[in-house]
Amino acid sequence: MAVIDKKQIVFQEPLLLKSGIFLSPVTVAYETYGTLNPDRSNAVLITHAFTGDAHASSNGASGEKPGWWEEMIGSGKAFDTDKYFVICSNTLGSCKGTTGPSSVDSSTGKPFGLAFPVITIQDMVALEKRLIDHLGIRKLLCVAGGSMGGMQALVWPIMFPESVLSSIVIAACHRHSAQQIAFHEVGRQAVMADPEWMEGDYYGKAVPKRGLAIARMVGHITYMSEASMEQKFGRKLVEKDALGYSFAKDFEVEGYLQYRGMSFVDRFDANSYLYLTKAMDYFDLTDGDRKLSDVVSGVRADMLIISFTSDWLYPSYQSQSLVRALQANDVDVSYVEMKTDYGHDAFLVEFDDQTRVIKNYLVRVERERK
Amino acid sequence: MIRLDHEIIAGIIEPGARVLDLGCGNGDLLAFLKEQKGVRGTGIEIDEEEVLRCLERGVAVTQGNINDGLGVYGDKRFDYVIFNESLQQVLKIDKVLGEALRVGRHVIVGIPNFCHLGARLQLFFRGRVPVTKSLPFHWYDTPNLRFLSLKDFRSFCAKKGISIERARYLTAGKEVVLAPNLLAEEAIFVIRKD
Repeated sequence: MAVIDKKQIVFQEPLLLKSGIFLSPVTVAYETYGTLNPDRSNAVLITHAFTGDAHASSNGASGEKPGWWEEMIGSGKAFDTDKYFVICSNTLGSCKGTTGPSSVDSSTGKPFGLAFPVITIQDMVALEKRLIDHLGIRKLLCVAGGSMGGMQALVWPIMFPESVLSSIVIAACHRHSAQQIAFHEVGRQAVMADPEWMEGDYYGKAVPKRGLAIARMVGHITYMSEASMEQKFGRKLVEKDALGYSFAKDFEVEGYLQYRGMSFVDRFDANSYLYLTKAMDYFDLTDGDRKLSDVVSGVRADMLIISFTSDWLYPSYQSQSLVRALQANDVDVSYVEMKTDYGHDAFLVEFDDQTRVIKNYLVRVERERK
Repeated sequence: MIRLDHEIIAGIIEPGARVLDLGCGNGDLLAFLKEQKGVRGTGIEIDEEEVLRCLERGVAVTQGNINDGLGVYGDKRFDYVIFNESLQQVLKIDKVLGEALRVGRHVIVGIPNFCHLGARLQLFFRGRVPVTKSLPFHWYDTPNLRFLSLKDFRSFCAKKGISIERARYLTAGKEVVLAPNLLAEEAIFVIRKD
Protein backbone atom coordinates (compact mmCIF):
# COMPACT_ATOMS: atom_id res chain seq x y z
CA MET A 1 0.00 0.00 0.00
CA ALA A 2 1.40 3.33 -1.04
CA VAL A 3 1.60 5.61 1.98
CA ILE A 4 2.13 8.69 -0.12
CA ASP A 5 2.25 9.17 -3.85
CA LYS A 6 3.49 12.41 -5.41
CA LYS A 7 2.77 12.99 -9.05
CA GLN A 8 2.44 15.51 -11.80
CA ILE A 9 0.22 15.13 -14.80
CA VAL A 10 0.11 17.27 -17.93
CA PHE A 11 -3.23 17.80 -19.66
CA GLN A 12 -2.72 18.79 -23.30
CA GLU A 13 -6.37 19.40 -24.07
CA PRO A 14 -7.14 23.13 -23.57
CA LEU A 15 -8.95 24.09 -20.39
CA LEU A 16 -11.77 26.57 -21.03
CA LEU A 17 -11.63 29.21 -18.31
CA LYS A 18 -14.62 31.17 -16.98
CA SER A 19 -13.21 34.26 -18.70
CA GLY A 20 -13.60 32.49 -22.07
CA ILE A 21 -9.87 32.01 -22.55
CA PHE A 22 -8.37 28.58 -23.29
CA LEU A 23 -5.31 27.49 -21.35
CA SER A 24 -3.04 24.67 -22.46
CA PRO A 25 -1.14 22.65 -21.63
CA VAL A 26 -1.96 22.51 -17.93
CA THR A 27 0.15 20.68 -15.37
CA VAL A 28 -1.32 19.49 -12.08
CA ALA A 29 0.78 18.49 -9.08
CA TYR A 30 -0.98 16.16 -6.69
CA GLU A 31 -0.48 13.72 -3.88
CA THR A 32 -2.54 10.74 -2.85
CA TYR A 33 -2.70 8.85 0.43
CA GLY A 34 -4.18 5.43 0.97
CA THR A 35 -5.54 3.02 -1.63
CA LEU A 36 -8.32 3.41 -4.14
CA ASN A 37 -10.72 0.50 -3.62
CA PRO A 38 -11.72 -1.77 -6.54
CA ASP A 39 -15.02 0.00 -7.23
CA ARG A 40 -13.31 3.39 -6.87
CA SER A 41 -15.86 4.63 -4.38
CA ASN A 42 -13.63 5.67 -1.47
CA ALA A 43 -11.98 8.77 -2.95
CA VAL A 44 -11.88 11.99 -0.96
CA LEU A 45 -10.60 15.21 -2.54
CA ILE A 46 -9.03 17.76 -0.22
CA THR A 47 -8.95 21.29 -1.62
CA HIS A 48 -6.33 23.57 -0.14
CA ALA A 49 -6.51 27.18 0.98
CA PHE A 50 -4.86 30.24 -0.54
CA THR A 51 -1.16 29.55 0.06
CA GLY A 52 -1.42 25.80 0.53
CA ASP A 53 -0.10 23.03 -1.67
CA ALA A 54 -0.66 19.39 -2.57
CA HIS A 55 1.26 18.21 0.48
CA ALA A 56 -1.69 17.91 2.85
CA SER A 57 -0.18 15.14 4.92
CA SER A 58 2.91 13.00 5.32
CA ASN A 59 0.55 10.12 6.07
CA GLY A 60 3.18 8.80 8.42
CA ALA A 61 5.83 8.30 5.71
CA SER A 62 9.30 8.49 7.18
CA GLY A 63 11.38 11.45 6.11
CA GLU A 64 8.32 13.38 4.91
CA LYS A 65 7.59 16.83 6.28
CA PRO A 66 4.21 17.18 7.99
CA GLY A 67 1.51 18.40 5.60
CA TRP A 68 -0.68 21.45 6.08
CA TRP A 69 -3.57 19.29 7.37
CA GLU A 70 -1.35 16.65 8.96
CA GLU A 71 -3.57 16.20 12.03
CA MET A 72 -6.67 15.63 9.89
CA ILE A 73 -5.36 13.19 7.27
CA GLY A 74 -3.75 9.85 8.05
CA SER A 75 -4.26 6.45 9.56
CA GLY A 76 -7.13 6.62 12.06
CA LYS A 77 -7.58 10.36 11.60
CA ALA A 78 -10.67 12.27 10.42
CA PHE A 79 -9.81 11.54 6.81
CA ASP A 80 -8.70 8.02 7.56
CA THR A 81 -6.20 6.84 4.97
CA ASP A 82 -6.78 3.23 6.02
CA LYS A 83 -10.31 3.59 4.64
CA TYR A 84 -10.18 6.37 2.11
CA PHE A 85 -8.12 7.24 -0.93
CA VAL A 86 -7.31 10.87 -0.18
CA ILE A 87 -6.25 13.20 -3.00
CA CYS A 88 -4.91 16.73 -2.73
CA SER A 89 -3.83 18.74 -5.75
CA ASN A 90 -2.18 22.12 -6.00
CA THR A 91 -4.73 24.62 -7.36
CA LEU A 92 -4.57 26.30 -10.73
CA GLY A 93 -2.73 29.62 -10.52
CA SER A 94 -0.60 28.56 -7.55
CA CYS A 95 3.16 28.00 -7.60
CA LYS A 96 3.63 24.56 -6.09
CA GLY A 97 3.80 22.41 -9.17
CA THR A 98 0.51 23.23 -10.90
CA THR A 99 0.42 25.69 -13.77
CA GLY A 100 0.40 29.32 -12.64
CA PRO A 101 1.94 32.68 -13.49
CA SER A 102 5.45 31.44 -12.61
CA SER A 103 5.16 28.50 -15.03
CA VAL A 104 6.76 28.63 -18.44
CA ASP A 105 4.46 29.80 -21.22
CA SER A 106 5.00 27.24 -24.00
CA SER A 107 4.36 29.89 -26.66
CA THR A 108 7.24 32.13 -25.50
CA GLY A 109 9.48 29.80 -23.53
CA LYS A 110 9.45 32.30 -20.66
CA PRO A 111 7.44 32.45 -17.42
CA PHE A 112 3.89 33.74 -17.95
CA GLY A 113 4.00 36.63 -15.49
CA LEU A 114 1.01 38.84 -16.22
CA ALA A 115 0.41 37.01 -19.52
CA PHE A 116 -1.18 34.32 -17.38
CA PRO A 117 -4.97 34.55 -17.72
CA VAL A 118 -7.06 35.63 -14.73
CA ILE A 119 -8.51 32.48 -13.21
CA THR A 120 -11.49 31.76 -10.97
CA ILE A 121 -12.44 29.29 -8.25
CA GLN A 122 -14.61 27.53 -10.85
CA ASP A 123 -11.54 27.10 -13.09
CA MET A 124 -9.67 25.46 -10.22
CA VAL A 125 -12.56 23.03 -9.78
CA ALA A 126 -12.76 22.32 -13.51
CA LEU A 127 -9.09 21.32 -13.42
CA GLU A 128 -9.63 19.17 -10.32
CA LYS A 129 -12.43 17.40 -12.19
CA ARG A 130 -9.98 16.54 -14.95
CA LEU A 131 -7.65 15.04 -12.41
CA ILE A 132 -10.46 13.00 -10.86
CA ASP A 133 -11.49 11.77 -14.33
CA HIS A 134 -7.88 10.90 -15.07
CA LEU A 135 -7.75 8.81 -11.89
CA GLY A 136 -10.82 6.93 -13.08
CA ILE A 137 -13.04 8.14 -10.25
CA ARG A 138 -16.64 8.70 -11.29
CA LYS A 139 -17.96 9.89 -7.97
CA LEU A 140 -16.03 11.33 -5.05
CA LEU A 141 -17.12 10.16 -1.63
CA CYS A 142 -16.36 13.64 -0.38
CA VAL A 143 -14.69 16.90 -1.25
CA ALA A 144 -13.52 18.99 1.68
CA GLY A 145 -11.62 22.19 2.32
CA GLY A 146 -11.34 25.36 4.35
CA SER A 147 -11.27 29.00 3.25
CA MET A 148 -10.42 29.08 -0.48
CA GLY A 149 -10.55 25.29 -0.28
CA GLY A 150 -14.05 25.63 1.16
CA MET A 151 -15.09 27.71 -1.83
CA GLN A 152 -13.87 24.92 -4.12
CA ALA A 153 -15.66 22.31 -1.99
CA LEU A 154 -18.82 24.38 -2.41
CA VAL A 155 -18.44 24.77 -6.17
CA TRP A 156 -17.92 21.04 -6.74
CA PRO A 157 -21.50 19.83 -6.05
CA ILE A 158 -22.89 22.79 -7.99
CA MET A 159 -20.74 22.30 -11.10
CA PHE A 160 -20.64 18.51 -10.96
CA PRO A 161 -23.70 17.33 -9.01
CA GLU A 162 -23.35 13.75 -10.21
CA SER A 163 -19.69 13.49 -9.31
CA VAL A 164 -19.69 14.10 -5.59
CA LEU A 165 -21.58 12.37 -2.79
CA SER A 166 -20.81 14.85 -0.03
CA SER A 167 -19.04 18.12 0.55
CA ILE A 168 -17.50 19.75 3.63
CA VAL A 169 -17.28 23.54 3.40
CA ILE A 170 -15.24 25.08 6.22
CA ALA A 171 -14.79 28.78 7.04
CA ALA A 172 -15.86 29.83 3.57
CA CYS A 173 -18.55 31.79 1.79
CA HIS A 174 -20.48 31.83 -1.46
CA ARG A 175 -19.50 35.40 -2.28
CA HIS A 176 -16.57 37.56 -1.29
CA SER A 177 -17.72 40.64 0.59
CA ALA A 178 -16.46 44.20 0.18
CA GLN A 179 -14.34 43.78 3.32
CA GLN A 180 -12.76 40.57 2.04
CA ILE A 181 -11.99 42.20 -1.30
CA ALA A 182 -10.61 45.27 0.49
CA PHE A 183 -8.02 43.33 2.49
CA HIS A 184 -6.92 41.49 -0.64
CA GLU A 185 -6.59 44.74 -2.53
CA VAL A 186 -4.25 46.11 0.15
CA GLY A 187 -2.10 43.01 -0.32
CA ARG A 188 -2.07 43.33 -4.10
CA GLN A 189 -1.21 47.03 -3.94
CA ALA A 190 1.67 46.26 -1.60
CA VAL A 191 3.06 43.73 -4.10
CA MET A 192 2.57 45.98 -7.10
CA ALA A 193 4.07 49.01 -5.32
CA ASP A 194 7.34 47.13 -4.85
CA PRO A 195 9.72 48.42 -7.56
CA GLU A 196 11.09 44.92 -7.98
CA TRP A 197 7.69 43.62 -9.03
CA MET A 198 8.33 45.13 -12.52
CA GLU A 199 4.82 44.55 -13.87
CA GLY A 200 5.14 40.91 -12.88
CA ASP A 201 8.24 40.35 -14.99
CA TYR A 202 10.71 39.66 -12.18
CA TYR A 203 11.53 36.00 -12.84
CA GLY A 204 15.24 35.35 -12.91
CA LYS A 205 15.83 38.71 -11.18
CA ALA A 206 15.20 40.02 -7.68
CA VAL A 207 11.73 39.14 -6.42
CA PRO A 208 9.40 41.77 -4.89
CA LYS A 209 10.09 40.62 -1.36
CA ARG A 210 9.09 43.70 0.57
CA GLY A 211 5.73 44.06 -1.11
CA LEU A 212 4.87 40.40 -0.77
CA ALA A 213 5.95 40.35 2.88
CA ILE A 214 3.71 43.30 3.69
CA ALA A 215 0.83 41.63 1.88
CA ARG A 216 1.37 38.53 3.99
CA MET A 217 1.49 40.58 7.19
CA VAL A 218 -1.92 42.05 6.42
CA GLY A 219 -3.19 38.57 5.63
CA HIS A 220 -1.96 37.18 8.93
CA ILE A 221 -3.82 39.84 10.86
CA THR A 222 -7.06 38.85 9.15
CA TYR A 223 -6.52 35.15 9.85
CA MET A 224 -6.26 35.68 13.59
CA SER A 225 -8.74 37.11 16.08
CA GLU A 226 -8.22 39.92 18.53
CA ALA A 227 -8.43 37.40 21.36
CA SER A 228 -5.85 35.05 19.85
CA MET A 229 -3.44 37.93 19.23
CA GLU A 230 -3.96 39.17 22.76
CA GLN A 231 -3.26 35.71 24.15
CA LYS A 232 -0.26 35.11 21.95
CA PHE A 233 1.42 38.53 22.14
CA GLY A 234 -0.45 41.01 24.28
CA ARG A 235 1.83 44.02 24.57
CA LYS A 236 4.91 41.89 25.23
CA LEU A 237 8.14 43.53 24.11
CA VAL A 238 10.65 41.82 21.90
CA GLU A 239 14.23 41.41 23.13
CA LYS A 240 14.02 44.48 25.33
CA ASP A 241 12.75 45.55 28.73
CA ALA A 242 11.45 49.00 27.87
CA LEU A 243 10.06 50.87 24.90
CA GLY A 244 12.85 51.90 22.54
CA TYR A 245 11.44 55.29 21.49
CA SER A 246 12.34 54.50 17.90
CA PHE A 247 10.78 52.70 14.96
CA ALA A 248 12.76 49.55 15.47
CA LYS A 249 10.78 46.52 16.65
CA ASP A 250 9.26 47.07 20.07
CA PHE A 251 6.43 44.58 20.31
CA GLU A 252 6.42 40.84 19.84
CA VAL A 253 3.50 41.11 17.46
CA GLU A 254 5.60 43.29 15.17
CA GLY A 255 8.42 40.77 15.17
CA TYR A 256 6.02 37.92 14.52
CA LEU A 257 4.40 39.61 11.54
CA GLN A 258 7.76 40.59 10.08
CA TYR A 259 9.05 37.07 10.50
CA ARG A 260 5.95 35.53 8.92
CA GLY A 261 6.12 38.04 6.08
CA MET A 262 9.79 37.46 5.30
CA SER A 263 9.63 33.66 5.56
CA PHE A 264 6.65 33.68 3.20
CA VAL A 265 8.53 35.29 0.32
CA ASP A 266 10.86 32.31 0.14
CA ARG A 267 8.01 29.91 -0.43
CA PHE A 268 5.44 31.80 -2.46
CA ASP A 269 5.34 33.57 -5.80
CA ALA A 270 4.20 37.20 -5.75
CA ASN A 271 2.22 36.88 -8.99
CA SER A 272 0.42 33.80 -7.66
CA TYR A 273 -0.52 35.99 -4.70
CA LEU A 274 -2.16 38.43 -7.11
CA TYR A 275 -3.92 35.77 -9.18
CA LEU A 276 -5.26 33.73 -6.29
CA THR A 277 -6.56 36.72 -4.33
CA LYS A 278 -8.25 37.90 -7.51
CA ALA A 279 -9.85 34.48 -8.00
CA MET A 280 -11.31 34.68 -4.48
CA ASP A 281 -12.48 38.26 -4.99
CA TYR A 282 -14.23 37.29 -8.22
CA PHE A 283 -15.98 34.50 -6.35
CA ASP A 284 -19.72 35.20 -6.31
CA LEU A 285 -21.93 32.22 -6.96
CA THR A 286 -24.89 34.52 -7.52
CA ASP A 287 -23.05 36.32 -10.37
CA GLY A 288 -24.32 39.52 -8.83
CA ASP A 289 -28.05 39.05 -9.22
CA ARG A 290 -29.16 35.43 -8.98
CA LYS A 291 -30.79 34.05 -5.87
CA LEU A 292 -28.41 31.81 -3.96
CA SER A 293 -31.21 29.29 -3.41
CA ASP A 294 -31.57 29.03 -7.21
CA VAL A 295 -27.82 28.66 -7.66
CA VAL A 296 -27.66 25.67 -5.31
CA SER A 297 -30.90 24.08 -6.51
CA GLY A 298 -29.05 21.38 -8.44
CA VAL A 299 -26.99 20.16 -5.49
CA ARG A 300 -27.46 16.45 -4.80
CA ALA A 301 -24.60 16.02 -2.36
CA ASP A 302 -24.98 15.84 1.39
CA MET A 303 -23.44 19.06 2.72
CA LEU A 304 -21.60 19.80 5.97
CA ILE A 305 -20.93 23.46 6.67
CA ILE A 306 -18.60 24.56 9.49
CA SER A 307 -17.87 28.09 10.66
CA PHE A 308 -15.98 29.48 13.66
CA THR A 309 -17.24 31.99 16.21
CA SER A 310 -14.16 34.25 16.14
CA ASP A 311 -13.62 34.17 12.36
CA TRP A 312 -14.28 37.77 11.40
CA LEU A 313 -12.78 37.38 7.92
CA TYR A 314 -15.32 34.72 6.91
CA PRO A 315 -18.00 35.41 9.52
CA SER A 316 -20.60 32.80 10.43
CA TYR A 317 -23.44 34.73 8.85
CA GLN A 318 -21.96 33.89 5.45
CA SER A 319 -22.09 30.18 6.22
CA GLN A 320 -25.57 30.56 7.64
CA SER A 321 -26.95 32.17 4.50
CA LEU A 322 -25.50 29.26 2.57
CA VAL A 323 -27.16 26.80 4.96
CA ARG A 324 -30.53 28.51 4.48
CA ALA A 325 -30.21 28.42 0.69
CA LEU A 326 -29.46 24.70 0.82
CA GLN A 327 -32.36 24.06 3.22
CA ALA A 328 -34.69 25.90 0.87
CA ASN A 329 -33.80 23.28 -1.73
CA ASP A 330 -34.32 20.14 0.25
CA VAL A 331 -30.57 19.44 0.29
CA ASP A 332 -29.36 17.38 3.25
CA VAL A 333 -27.28 19.87 5.15
CA SER A 334 -25.63 19.95 8.55
CA TYR A 335 -24.13 23.04 10.11
CA VAL A 336 -22.11 23.78 13.22
CA GLU A 337 -20.55 27.00 14.44
CA MET A 338 -17.55 25.92 16.49
CA LYS A 339 -16.53 27.98 19.50
CA THR A 340 -12.91 29.05 19.22
CA ASP A 341 -10.61 32.03 19.70
CA TYR A 342 -8.39 31.14 16.74
CA GLY A 343 -10.25 33.22 14.15
CA HIS A 344 -10.11 32.21 10.49
CA ASP A 345 -7.04 30.05 11.16
CA ALA A 346 -9.19 27.75 13.31
CA PHE A 347 -9.61 25.24 10.48
CA LEU A 348 -5.83 24.70 10.64
CA VAL A 349 -5.77 24.53 14.43
CA GLU A 350 -9.01 23.19 15.94
CA PHE A 351 -8.51 19.52 15.21
CA ASP A 352 -10.46 17.88 18.02
CA ASP A 353 -13.90 19.20 17.16
CA GLN A 354 -13.33 19.00 13.41
CA THR A 355 -12.21 15.39 13.78
CA ARG A 356 -15.20 14.52 15.96
CA VAL A 357 -17.57 15.85 13.36
CA ILE A 358 -15.88 14.92 10.08
CA LYS A 359 -14.88 11.38 10.95
CA ASN A 360 -18.44 10.40 11.78
CA TYR A 361 -19.91 12.45 8.98
CA LEU A 362 -17.95 10.39 6.45
CA VAL A 363 -19.09 7.18 8.12
CA ARG A 364 -22.70 8.28 7.79
CA VAL A 365 -22.33 9.38 4.17
CA GLU A 366 -20.82 6.01 3.32
CA ARG A 367 -23.47 4.09 5.22
CA GLU A 368 -26.38 5.98 3.67
CA ARG A 369 -25.13 5.34 0.18
CA LYS A 370 -25.78 1.63 0.65
CA MET B 1 -32.81 2.30 27.89
CA ILE B 2 -35.53 3.47 25.52
CA ARG B 3 -37.67 6.31 26.69
CA LEU B 4 -41.43 5.82 26.58
CA ASP B 5 -42.01 9.20 24.93
CA HIS B 6 -39.58 8.23 22.16
CA GLU B 7 -41.35 4.91 21.73
CA ILE B 8 -44.74 6.61 21.51
CA ILE B 9 -43.45 9.11 18.94
CA ALA B 10 -41.90 6.29 16.90
CA GLY B 11 -45.28 4.54 17.02
CA ILE B 12 -46.98 7.59 15.54
CA ILE B 13 -44.57 8.14 12.64
CA GLU B 14 -44.79 6.11 9.41
CA PRO B 15 -41.67 4.42 8.05
CA GLY B 16 -39.58 6.59 5.77
CA ALA B 17 -41.33 9.81 6.83
CA ARG B 18 -39.60 13.16 6.58
CA VAL B 19 -39.03 14.54 10.04
CA LEU B 20 -37.80 17.85 11.46
CA ASP B 21 -36.95 17.82 15.18
CA LEU B 22 -36.91 21.32 16.66
CA GLY B 23 -34.64 21.58 19.66
CA CYS B 24 -33.30 18.10 18.98
CA GLY B 25 -30.70 18.15 21.80
CA ASN B 26 -28.10 15.42 21.45
CA GLY B 27 -30.09 13.67 18.72
CA ASP B 28 -31.39 10.73 20.81
CA LEU B 29 -34.88 10.88 19.31
CA LEU B 30 -33.73 11.37 15.71
CA ALA B 31 -31.27 8.49 16.00
CA PHE B 32 -34.03 6.28 17.43
CA LEU B 33 -36.50 7.26 14.68
CA LYS B 34 -33.89 6.59 12.02
CA GLU B 35 -33.15 3.17 13.43
CA GLN B 36 -36.77 2.18 14.08
CA LYS B 37 -38.57 3.85 11.21
CA GLY B 38 -35.91 4.70 8.65
CA VAL B 39 -37.03 8.32 8.69
CA ARG B 40 -35.26 11.00 6.70
CA GLY B 41 -34.69 13.30 9.61
CA THR B 42 -32.91 16.48 10.52
CA GLY B 43 -32.83 18.67 13.58
CA ILE B 44 -32.29 22.24 14.64
CA GLU B 45 -30.41 22.84 17.89
CA ILE B 46 -29.00 26.00 19.40
CA ASP B 47 -26.32 24.54 21.67
CA GLU B 48 -22.92 23.89 20.06
CA GLU B 49 -21.98 20.93 22.25
CA GLU B 50 -25.33 19.22 21.53
CA VAL B 51 -24.86 19.88 17.81
CA LEU B 52 -21.41 18.27 17.96
CA ARG B 53 -22.92 15.24 19.72
CA CYS B 54 -25.56 14.90 17.00
CA LEU B 55 -22.97 15.07 14.23
CA GLU B 56 -20.73 12.64 16.07
CA ARG B 57 -23.43 10.00 16.01
CA GLY B 58 -24.38 10.64 12.40
CA VAL B 59 -27.53 12.67 13.00
CA ALA B 60 -27.97 15.52 10.52
CA VAL B 61 -28.48 18.81 12.32
CA THR B 62 -28.10 22.52 11.75
CA GLN B 63 -27.13 24.85 14.54
CA GLY B 64 -29.67 27.61 14.89
CA ASN B 65 -32.35 29.29 16.94
CA ILE B 66 -35.88 28.06 16.33
CA ASN B 67 -37.20 31.45 17.45
CA ASP B 68 -35.84 32.79 14.15
CA GLY B 69 -38.53 30.85 12.31
CA LEU B 70 -38.46 28.25 9.58
CA GLY B 71 -38.81 30.66 6.71
CA VAL B 72 -36.60 28.78 4.29
CA TYR B 73 -38.70 25.64 4.29
CA GLY B 74 -41.58 25.31 1.86
CA ASP B 75 -45.16 24.55 2.98
CA LYS B 76 -45.75 20.97 4.15
CA ARG B 77 -42.17 20.07 3.40
CA PHE B 78 -42.02 17.60 6.31
CA ASP B 79 -44.39 14.83 7.28
CA TYR B 80 -43.74 15.52 10.94
CA VAL B 81 -42.30 18.44 12.82
CA ILE B 82 -41.46 17.55 16.40
CA PHE B 83 -41.18 19.64 19.55
CA ASN B 84 -40.26 17.15 22.22
CA GLU B 85 -39.83 18.94 25.53
CA SER B 86 -38.81 22.06 23.67
CA LEU B 87 -41.99 24.07 23.08
CA GLN B 88 -42.11 25.28 26.67
CA GLN B 89 -38.69 26.88 26.06
CA VAL B 90 -39.80 28.80 22.99
CA LEU B 91 -40.06 32.57 23.23
CA LYS B 92 -42.52 33.27 20.42
CA ILE B 93 -44.94 30.36 20.69
CA ASP B 94 -47.46 31.70 18.22
CA LYS B 95 -44.90 32.37 15.51
CA VAL B 96 -42.83 29.23 15.99
CA LEU B 97 -45.77 26.84 16.32
CA GLY B 98 -47.43 28.54 13.35
CA GLU B 99 -44.26 27.97 11.32
CA ALA B 100 -44.11 24.34 12.39
CA LEU B 101 -47.72 23.82 11.31
CA ARG B 102 -46.94 25.46 8.00
CA VAL B 103 -43.92 23.33 7.11
CA GLY B 104 -45.19 20.10 8.67
CA ARG B 105 -48.21 18.06 7.66
CA HIS B 106 -48.39 17.01 11.30
CA VAL B 107 -46.76 18.49 14.36
CA ILE B 108 -45.91 16.36 17.37
CA VAL B 109 -45.74 18.29 20.61
CA GLY B 110 -44.40 16.67 23.79
CA ILE B 111 -45.01 18.92 26.78
CA PRO B 112 -44.77 18.59 30.53
CA ASN B 113 -48.01 19.13 32.44
CA PHE B 114 -47.39 21.84 34.98
CA CYS B 115 -50.74 21.01 36.67
CA HIS B 116 -50.44 17.31 37.40
CA LEU B 117 -51.47 16.07 40.84
CA GLY B 118 -48.04 16.20 42.46
CA ALA B 119 -47.50 19.76 41.33
CA ARG B 120 -50.93 20.82 42.51
CA LEU B 121 -50.35 19.32 45.94
CA GLN B 122 -47.06 21.15 46.37
CA LEU B 123 -48.62 24.37 45.27
CA PHE B 124 -51.63 23.97 47.56
CA PHE B 125 -50.10 22.47 50.71
CA ARG B 126 -46.61 23.89 50.68
CA GLY B 127 -47.35 27.18 48.99
CA ARG B 128 -44.28 26.68 46.81
CA VAL B 129 -43.79 26.59 43.07
CA PRO B 130 -43.64 22.87 42.35
CA VAL B 131 -40.37 21.01 41.85
CA THR B 132 -41.07 17.40 40.88
CA LYS B 133 -39.43 14.58 38.96
CA SER B 134 -41.00 15.74 35.70
CA LEU B 135 -40.57 19.44 36.58
CA PRO B 136 -37.11 19.33 38.11
CA PHE B 137 -36.20 23.01 37.94
CA HIS B 138 -36.40 25.81 40.48
CA TRP B 139 -37.81 29.17 39.49
CA TYR B 140 -34.31 30.61 39.28
CA ASP B 141 -32.71 27.96 37.08
CA THR B 142 -35.53 26.78 34.83
CA PRO B 143 -35.01 26.93 31.07
CA ASN B 144 -38.79 26.87 30.71
CA LEU B 145 -40.46 30.06 29.63
CA ARG B 146 -44.00 28.64 29.39
CA PHE B 147 -45.95 27.00 32.17
CA LEU B 148 -49.04 25.29 30.91
CA SER B 149 -51.41 22.45 31.64
CA LEU B 150 -52.76 19.99 29.14
CA LYS B 151 -56.09 21.81 29.29
CA ASP B 152 -54.34 25.08 28.52
CA PHE B 153 -52.76 23.53 25.43
CA ARG B 154 -56.11 22.17 24.25
CA SER B 155 -57.82 25.52 24.65
CA PHE B 156 -54.93 27.26 22.83
CA CYS B 157 -55.38 24.85 19.90
CA ALA B 158 -59.16 25.42 19.84
CA LYS B 159 -58.64 29.18 19.79
CA LYS B 160 -56.10 29.00 16.95
CA GLY B 161 -58.10 26.56 14.81
CA ILE B 162 -55.51 23.83 15.28
CA SER B 163 -56.94 20.33 15.28
CA ILE B 164 -55.68 17.76 17.74
CA GLU B 165 -55.45 14.45 15.92
CA ARG B 166 -54.17 12.29 18.73
CA ALA B 167 -53.10 12.63 22.33
CA ARG B 168 -51.13 10.25 24.54
CA TYR B 169 -50.46 10.76 28.23
CA LEU B 170 -47.60 9.53 30.38
CA THR B 171 -46.57 9.51 33.98
CA ALA B 172 -43.54 7.87 35.58
CA GLY B 173 -42.76 5.89 32.44
CA LYS B 174 -46.30 4.53 32.03
CA GLU B 175 -49.24 5.55 29.92
CA VAL B 176 -52.20 7.28 31.59
CA VAL B 177 -55.74 7.03 30.32
CA LEU B 178 -57.97 8.61 32.97
CA ALA B 179 -58.08 12.29 33.96
CA PRO B 180 -54.84 13.22 32.17
CA ASN B 181 -54.82 16.87 33.20
CA LEU B 182 -54.65 15.68 36.79
CA LEU B 183 -52.70 12.44 36.53
CA ALA B 184 -50.33 12.82 33.55
CA GLU B 185 -46.92 14.39 33.97
CA GLU B 186 -46.41 14.66 30.22
CA ALA B 187 -48.49 14.55 27.08
CA ILE B 188 -47.75 13.97 23.44
CA PHE B 189 -50.14 15.68 21.05
CA VAL B 190 -50.33 15.25 17.31
CA ILE B 191 -51.77 18.40 15.81
CA ARG B 192 -52.34 19.82 12.38
CA LYS B 193 -53.62 22.89 10.60
CA ASP B 194 -54.54 22.84 6.93
